[in-house]
Amino acid sequence: MGTCLCDAFFDDAARATVEVLEYLGCTVHFPEAQTCCAQPAFNAGDWAAARRVIRHTVGVFDGELPIVIPSGSCAHMVYHGYDLALEGEADADAAPRFARRTWELCDYIVNGLEVREWPGTYRKKIAFHRSCHTRGTRTAESALALLGSIDGLELCTFGEQEQCCGFGGTFSVAFPNISAKMGRIKLEHMRDGDPDAIAGSDMACLLHLGGILDREGVALPRVHIAQILRDALKSEGLLS
Amino acid sequence: MKSTKAYPTRQPVDRYASDLSPSVQESVYNASKLKTEARVDALQRDFADPDANRRLAGAIKQHTLDHLDTYLEQAESSLRENGAAVHWASDAESANQIILGIMQRNDCRRMVKSKSMVSEETELVPFLEKNGMEAVETDLGEYIVQIDHDHPSHIVTPIIHKNRQEIARSFEREGLGAYDDDPTVITRRARDYLRSKYLEADVGLTGANFVSAESGRIVLVTNEGNARFSMAAPRIHIALVGIEKLVPKDRDLSLFLSLLARSATAQCLTVYTQFIGGPRHRTQRDGPEKMHVVFLDNRRTEVLSGDCRKILRCIRCGACMNVCPVYRQASGHAYRGVYPGPVGAVLSPLLKGKEFPELADLPKASSLCGACNEVCPVDIPIPELLLRLRNRAKHEHVSLAARGTPSMGIWARAASSPGAWKTALSAGRLLNVVPHGFLNLSSPARAWQSSRKLPPFRGGAFRKWMRERNPPKNGVPSPDRKSEPDS
Repeated sequence: MGTCLCDAFFDDAARATVEVLEYLGCTVHFPEAQTCCAQPAFNAGDWAAARRVIRHTVGVFDGELPIVIPSGSCAHMVYHGYDLALEGEADADAAPRFARRTWELCDYIVNGLEVREWPGTYRKKIAFHRSCHTRGTRTAESALALLGSIDGLELCTFGEQEQCCGFGGTFSVAFPNISAKMGRIKLEHMRDGDPDAIAGSDMACLLHLGGILDREGVALPRVHIAQILRDALKSEGLLS
Repeated sequence: MKSTKAYPTRQPVDRYASDLSPSVQESVYNASKLKTEARVDALQRDFADPDANRRLAGAIKQHTLDHLDTYLEQAESSLRENGAAVHWASDAESANQIILGIMQRNDCRRMVKSKSMVSEETELVPFLEKNGMEAVETDLGEYIVQIDHDHPSHIVTPIIHKNRQEIARSFEREGLGAYDDDPTVITRRARDYLRSKYLEADVGLTGANFVSAESGRIVLVTNEGNARFSMAAPRIHIALVGIEKLVPKDRDLSLFLSLLARSATAQCLTVYTQFIGGPRHRTQRDGPEKMHVVFLDNRRTEVLSGDCRKILRCIRCGACMNVCPVYRQASGHAYRGVYPGPVGAVLSPLLKGKEFPELADLPKASSLCGACNEVCPVDIPIPELLLRLRNRAKHEHVSLAARGTPSMGIWARAASSPGAWKTALSAGRLLNVVPHGFLNLSSPARAWQSSRKLPPFRGGAFRKWMRERNPPKNGVPSPDRKSEPDS
């Protein structure tokens, strides 16, 4: 398992990821030497810096085990960033090898482990943000399938679901006005159905959206999908 | 939700967006949103698998670009067989000179022209006016841009940033009747005025949406019929065409026309679709006596030889700008070039050549959300191209592009050293090296805090929990079959 943002800010989302994977019968390793997938440097255009971090990450996760990441954008970085950053380098073939082992959490549960229905109950109304980096992958549909199968969980539909939340990594600080405006529009849509919480499969989007809510004094909870899956298990005593 | 005060940003596109008047922003946002929704409806209504169509169209365009030398030669000979003269312009200046030369040799003074982004690129109209020629835009939106001495802010709907009250005031100012903002009245007045211009003109200039290399047919689409009038009424027709506009065969056109109309305006077919097979034939009563085709390079060959060549697939539908959340906030003029939005953020800096640094901030004006690629009818991987240009800007040390983005050097050193990273985490000093720039005093941190708060920093809490409950068993593979989904 790999994560850096959850290790820095959202430890409960990371713990929930471990508990969910263990419930599914996995043994979870968290290599302590891991740092970050290199996405910040890559997106900032500093590919030389990114390569340094990519090589570190590829070394840390050496082996055959699947690498599960509770974040669509980090998985996307591995799929579509590593090959670009290493293009023309002597170790370019490391990118596709690493990508083959890498899974976003929901994709891993539904398409890797073939678990399509989730037990337990979760009596809340949720507005789920389909993170942009999961476009063209099976993450969003997997997440929605899992959420849709949980007893008691109500999914709010809202307008312009294809639109970005405005985070975009360093974009959020270099273009703060556009970024925040995008976030406010996204939140307006998400709050249309009066949800009990906003949810996502990527804590980066929720860091940004939650940051706007906090700045404006709105106490709307934000949850990672792993936390919903874990809490549903706990409701039935499937997890202690 | 209440809006917060604008942050004094140093990025031009962000600043343009925060200075934009609310009414312009609203016009742009609403129009873009409506067009995006209509586009999705049109594609899903008519095609079982719209995605397959755009991938096929992308492959055909890429094939054409990969063999552009062959197809251009084929197009040239087909056009000559059809009776058209073919000219080659290496840059904007030579294209304008060729067009001026044609007008002078044929004793022409008045031009009517239909919409052509390439003519915006070469700044043809001001050039001709400076040389004593009259040139009138006949696309309604472009005509309004012309009388207002403005610039188009969208490649399909050039006046998406204007409302009808402004247009009515412009018409009044130009002596086209007393103030009346009824769209029907505005349109009728423009029509009456332009009608006389068509009849007076001795040369008509158009662009080309597609050119078939096989037959030399030039394909033009408009919803106002103005391209047809512009090319057919005057004595001479000049088509100014970017060299990337080719398709191999006539049969490819059904796919491209159906995708272009749906992607651009959510129509099944644009109202006027013309296939021009040459100047007036001796058996025909109407049409231009002569036809000239000017192929423009203007750094396209340079783009073709670089790693962003896929951008030349673009068929100028505008779907990427309609869906782009940054374009919706900033509007087209924020991009400071002929081509706005995601396609412009790639193409405009590339077409600048050595002056790339002037527009090197544009590739940064994106959250990389990928919506542009998802809607692109020729499947251009725009986010990948934006990333390549960000990397180029970094290589060339372009300060404009770097503004506001935290430097990654120190961060990369920490993120490739487990010791440094762990120390930073456990000491709570991650905040000092993490590139998202959440430092209290640095400007990225202030930019973040201007509209958002950070949650409490919990560095290392998770790995501590992990260590305590599950001491690492070095080298022991997962015993569970389920953790090997590929086997």
